[in-house]
Amino acid sequence: MDYMPVEPLRALQLHRLQWTVKYAYERVPLFRKRCEERGVRPEHIKTLADIKLLPFSKKTDLRDEYPMGLRGAPMDEIVRFHCSSGTTGKPICIPNTMQDIEVWKNGAMRCLTMYGIRAGDVLQVAYGYGLFTGGLGLHYGGEGLGCAVLPISGGNTERQIMLMRDLGVTAIACTPSYFLQGVDFRRDTKLRHGIFGAEPWTDEMRETIERETGIVAHDIYGLTEISGPGVAGACPHRTGLHIWEDHFYPEIIDPDTLEPLPDGEVGELVFTTISRCGTPMIRYRTRDLTRLRTEKCPCGRTMRVMDRISARSDDMLIIHGVNVFPGQIEAGLLRVPEVAPHYQIVLESTDTLDRFEIKVEVTDEAFSDDIRHMENLRKRVLDAVKSIIGLTPKISLVEPNTLPRSEGKIKRVIDNRKK
Amino acid sequence: MTINQISVFLENRPGQLANICRTLAEADISIVTLSLADTAEFGIVRMIVSDHDKAKEVLKAAGHVANMREVVAVTVPDRPGGMAEILDVLDAAKVDIEYSYAFAFHHGEKAVLVFRFDDNEKACAALAAAGHPVLDFKSVLEEAK
Repeated sequence: MDYMPVEPLRALQLHRLQWTVKYAYERVPLFRKRCEERGVRPEHIKTLADIKLLPFSKKTDLRDEYPMGLRGAPMDEIVRFHCSSGTTGKPICIPNTMQDIEVWKNGAMRCLTMYGIRAGDVLQVAYGYGLFTGGLGLHYGGEGLGCAVLPISGGNTERQIMLMRDLGVTAIACTPSYFLQGVDFRRDTKLRHGIFGAEPWTDEMRETIERETGIVAHDIYGLTEISGPGVAGACPHRTGLHIWEDHFYPEIIDPDTLEPLPDGEVGELVFTTISRCGTPMIRYRTRDLTRLRTEKCPCGRTMRVMDRISARSDDMLIIHGVNVFPGQIEAGLLRVPEVAPHYQIVLESTDTLDRFEIKVEVTDEAFSDDIRHMENLRKRVLDAVKSIIGLTPKISLVEPNTLPRSEGKIKRVIDNRKK
Repeated sequence: MTINQISVFLENRPGQLANICRTLAEADISIVTLSLADTAEFGIVRMIVSDHDKAKEVLKAAGHVANMREVVAVTVPDRPGGMAEILDVLDAAKVDIEYSYAFAFHHGEKAVLVFRFDDNEKACAALAAAGHPVLDFKSVLEEAK
């Protein structure tokens, strides 16, 4: 598929797009309603460019329709759920059919193959397993290729290194920041490949990793809403990330006007799944900013490449590989009635894991001269935030009205991390 | 008999305590005694001052979080075992101490213990019955001079 000539590829995409639109129109009430509002019917999609007639979908739709309002396939065809954090306290849920899982696995396999990973390689999957798609995506991709997979999940760096050494691991999949944190990974090991994604990283980080550890650092991209890791990946020519557009049809739009932008221009990445049944996503706004390129890649793959994600068009932060929205922090603080939702997120690079602090203003009502009461307050704030985002920030109590405000609004995020 | 104590939240950054003291000084309020309670992340300063109402007012105006609580001040003989005697009385009366701090008078052989109890009234009664003088605000000020 990777080398399919462009013309038949476009024909295949159109065929699949038409199928998807009809499928979703008949099965997903929200999509049908929005089409009817615009006066669009499935038969109006005659060319790929007609995709612009279709309504967008957003993360908030998944939240509003939680848990399964956007499900396309009947329940007896659903084999697995994945969930990810929503933009506020409520998660989003994605039901997948067996075919969806196969498509996802296939995308991960195509990425691994492109990186030069083969049967005989030992793949350590240090992404989290579970509701997060990172772990299971690479797991099935690796097994599908015939690799020996070590499903170690995240954490416990010492054990990671011990097993890496003892089992002769040749490839590891994890976030680049986690890898940098345990640079000793390369010492006395057979590690040759790193498969990095789930958070933005830079060419400088890649150079550091490759120079310090002697491995090849590969890019992978994916998102739960569309499938999981393996939506796109970088080939050895490093022209960008090839998108498996026979399943995930990409567009770039202007995030303000919502008009499609031509290839080569930077805008918001939008995906339409064109073979998915469990949760068909049409014109899903990823909020990731990038551009699509059509230049022929020396590797011969015809699938368009996108630049590595450099920024986002919303306020989402990626902290320790986890997506965090300031709104989630706010939702957490609202669960602790004594504190005002006046907060500031401070992020700083350190030699290891980035420092993640949340400053919260203390109010007169919350203040007590009893230190246990204040410690308890801090703990309740931490628990409330942690239960929503799954991370453990440092909670600092600060005096009221001390967080810097501009035009009455506190600057919610101070991100001093090295880019 | 209780006296008022001002407590102020101390954020973990340099100069915080100095700011509070300066604010009080500018309002001509003197600090009779103070105690610091701290954790790695923040602190609480508890003070007995010459004018607590005014202190609370100026501290709040300066943007601090402050509140007022009632504490019990009791004189204790400044000799070995002095504090133990007091604690025995409290123990027998089954009152819980939330926190306590001490200060010495400028002259004489007495010190003052400041307590915050779960039940101030009960503690005062027990101390008085055992012959330990509980001080009112005026005598604390007098003695501190």
